[in-house]
Amino acid sequence: MYTLQGVTKQYRRGKSTVHALAGVDLTIEDGGRLVIQGPTGGGKSTLLQMLGGLDRPTAGSIELDGMDLARLSEAKLTKVRAQNIGFVFQSFNLIPTLTAQENVETALVPLGVKAAERRRRAAEALDSVGLGERLGHVPGEMSGGQQQRVAIARALVKQPKVLLADEPTGNLDESMRDEIMEVLEALWKEHGLTFIMVTHDSSIARRAPRLATIRKGEVTITENAAA
Amino acid sequence: MFFTYLRRELRRRRKAALVVASGLALGIALVIIVSSVSSGMSKAQDKVLESLYGLGTDMTVTKAATAPKSGSTGRPKFEFDAKDSDDDATQSTDRVMVQGFQTLASSTVGKVGKQDGVAGAVGGLSLSVMKVDGQFKRGEFQQEGGTSQGGGRGPGGGSGQPQGEVRGGGASFDVNSYTVYGTDVTQQDLGPLTSSKITSGRTFKTTETNAKVAVVDSAYAKEKTLSTGKTVTIHGTEFTIVGVSTADSGDAAANLYIPLQQAQTLSDSKNKVTTVYVKAADSQKIDSVKSAIQKNISGTTVTTSADLADTVSGSLSTASDLAAGVGKWLSIAVLVAAFLVAGLLTSSAVSRRVREFGTLKALGWKSGRVTRQVIGEALVNGLIGGVLGIGIGLAGAYAVTAVSPTLTAELGSSGGGGGMRGGMMGGGGPGFGRQSASKALDIALTAPVSLSIILIAVALAVAGGLIAGAFGGWRASRLRPADALRRVE
Repeated sequence: MYTLQGVTKQYRRGKSTVHALAGVDLTIEDGGRLVIQGPTGGGKSTLLQMLGGLDRPTAGSIELDGMDLARLSEAKLTKVRAQNIGFVFQSFNLIPTLTAQENVETALVPLGVKAAERRRRAAEALDSVGLGERLGHVPGEMSGGQQQRVAIARALVKQPKVLLADEPTGNLDESMRDEIMEVLEALWKEHGLTFIMVTHDSSIARRAPRLATIRKGEVTITENAAA
Repeated sequence: MFFTYLRRELRRRRKAALVVASGLALGIALVIIVSSVSSGMSKAQDKVLESLYGLGTDMTVTKAATAPKSGSTGRPKFEFDAKDSDDDATQSTDRVMVQGFQTLASSTVGKVGKQDGVAGAVGGLSLSVMKVDGQFKRGEFQQEGGTSQGGGRGPGGGSGQPQGEVRGGGASFDVNSYTVYGTDVTQQDLGPLTSSKITSGRTFKTTETNAKVAVVDSAYAKEKTLSTGKTVTIHGTEFTIVGVSTADSGDAAANLYIPLQQAQTLSDSKNKVTTVYVKAADSQKIDSVKSAIQKNISGTTVTTSADLADTVSGSLSTASDLAAGVGKWLSIAVLVAAFLVAGLLTSSAVSRRVREFGTLKALGWKSGRVTRQVIGEALVNGLIGGVLGIGIGLAGAYAVTAVSPTLTAELGSSGGGGGMRGGMMGGGGPGFGRQSASKALDIALTAPVSLSIILIAVALAVAGGLIAGAFGGWRASRLRPADALRRVE
């Protein structure tokens, strides 16, 4: 479970100070699904980085299962990311020289999983996103949708507690968008993980049971009982 | 994963890898070529020095110079009979002189041998022989009117005597100068003869301490049509030639080699030597041995190979200075430039892969693992550069050896370290006296590549890779995982 209290993030841009997050208080239950929406530069990606332990707040605390990510040492934070958090990025962020299977394996490397076991689990993960036949293909040989499926497989292969997705459909056309969203929702339900997603897409936001809207660093939560 | 990732990245960035590797290869190749040429020059100098006093000799001991005695010219004197008959027979005389230096007592050899740090000492006597032979021809009296009278007497003077003049007559003499070296046949592992190989017959037996046997230098043997089994006469003593020797450098220490006792007898120098050849027990302590000998045995001059090397000039010396100076600094400059370029290119490559490395850190890769990956790639680039550099360097060294440019070593023209002085006759002879006259030796330059040079090249390749990796690794280690996401905003 995530518990955020008074999370503030400021950084300098030239001579001015940008208040990316201004005292955010937020709780996200285990297995919950939250969509973060807001205008460009509103602080949604900054919030996602804080939740993923990629950046530290200027003030406040971000607790994940009792660990304050704001105060953990760099080594422990790296371990938390390796074990508990899966990321899906807008630009897929796959290693262009590695095959789909090898890209998925990169998520298991920091966990010390043996090579044979890595290969087996990566193949299973790719099979679960419908890419069982494309294990040996490099990203350049796959469509955008397929590349994002590889990225999803990479995020889920280590069976994390949390899945963070930053505009996962931002670079995809409409049909691909729906396809990827179906995959993500199915996996969320199947694995029971906490799923937090940033999106500009209102049609996706409407499908979320809980919506966090960020404007000028402040968060407003909207519950959607119909979703 | 490390090797898979490494292999794929190197394949993907072939051009960049090739640029880095080529830069390092150039530097490493230069180091190999310059080192091997320097090594070849060092060998050439050693060869020149060996030709002077033989293999294995670390220093020589000679007598310090003293002023010539008053009234003594030191020059050879020849006397011929002014015969009073009609005899036109050939007259011959020769002079055997101790060459170059004043002599030392044979006991000096033993004293030198007992000094600390001396592994061996052997004495030798250098002689110079000048042989003059020819004939006087009497003139003939030509009487006016055509009648000729022999006898060479003057035209007389009284009236009624036949009138005429002496015509023709004179002298024709041939001068043959050659060098003889008296060698200690019981200790043949030191001294000038060690720089020659016996190419016909044999060398001296250790029992031939006073035998009338000689070894002749091949060049002199060819000139005088001498060979094994023939005899050669020196100052009235006939020596049987038992062997023909050929100098390794092409420049022999002496024309003839005979047992030391025979040389002492011929030159009337009983128990005398001109030079003591010394081998040091430790080649690193030659200077201390030199000091000990000079201190403990007064009246001697000790000359080491280093002293002698200072007297080598000519193109060999110039090329050697070039290799040691320009070559060395050029190699260092190219290497430093190659290391810097490799480092900057690696760092630049990391900058282009910010998202990639940021993503890996977001996935939980430790900074150390990412840094190792970058260093691994740079190290492989360095090793590829090393392999290329070794290949180019070996080819360059092979080309130098194949072309074998001839370098000239001039000996003794610069005066001389170690108190070397001019030989009396100015001719060649064993020992340092040979450098008394400016003397040129042609040496073919080679560029031998030793295992140590290859190991240095490998070490440089690894160092180049590590330096480049350090640049890139430092850059990668400072990357924040947030950059992976920030890039997509």
